[in-house]
Amino acid sequence: MNLSMKVINEYLIVSLNGELDHHTSEEIRKKVDQKYFNQNLKNIILDLRGLKFMDSSGIGLVMGRYKNCKEKNGDVAIVSTNPYINRMLNMSGLPKIINIYSSMEEAIID
Amino acid sequence: MLEKNYMKLEFISKSSNESFARVVVAAFASQLDPTIEELSDIKTAVSEAVTNAIIHGYEYGEGMVTVEATLEKDKIEIVVEDMGRGIEDVDKAMEPFYTSKPDLERSGMGFTVMETFMDELKVESKVGQGTKITMIKKFKSLSDRE
Repeated sequence: MNLSMKVINEYLIVSLNGELDHHTSEEIRKKVDQKYFNQNLKNIILDLRGLKFMDSSGIGLVMGRYKNCKEKNGDVAIVSTNPYINRMLNMSGLPKIINIYSSMEEAIID
Repeated sequence: MLEKNYMKLEFISKSSNESFARVVVAAFASQLDPTIEELSDIKTAVSEAVTNAIIHGYEYGEGMVTVEATLEKDKIEIVVEDMGRGIEDVDKAMEPFYTSKPDLERSGMGFTVMETFMDELKVESKVGQGTKITMIKKFKSLSDRE
């Protein structure tokens, strides 16, 4: 699993590459939260386009970041194009509370 | 048509073995030449079952997890078993979004995912003795080919 993060204004942009499961999500959660709170950021964009696999641990990861952002009056957006990942996201009902975009540009503009 | 085939895998309950287990089962299932989508379903279901064994069965302690898979005709049967603490109320554990470990950011969707991605799911559990999850998937891509 490869994680890269960058900050644009109050947005933390998190790009994930590889397989997101219980094992990998714990480390990602720690690293993302550390940066988010240390730099006092507000919003998170999760770029899942590089994921080759995601199980329900990924849903837990998204929901946890959503909770953190809401507490700081921020928001979470997801960028995802992989049909398998989208199927998992849809099954969880997350699209009811989190917007899913197919490109980074759309996510930032919105 | 493939003759009946069987495999058994045993490993300690380390989370780094989650990917190992799902990749092995998917590689074994590949003998039936399923679609990428069917393989993805199997990988996800195995990942959920093995994660449950590690987090809930052994609660991060050390124990053995076994994964068995049987290929027969156009279907695969997968059994994931632990000898951990067991589930007190299986019906409750299977409710969508229910989790006994919300602090770990578990979504409570594990069994829902297994049910959705596989054709049959059976959960047998005894408190203090362990949990056995049996899942069956029929490869529709194979039946269609005949």
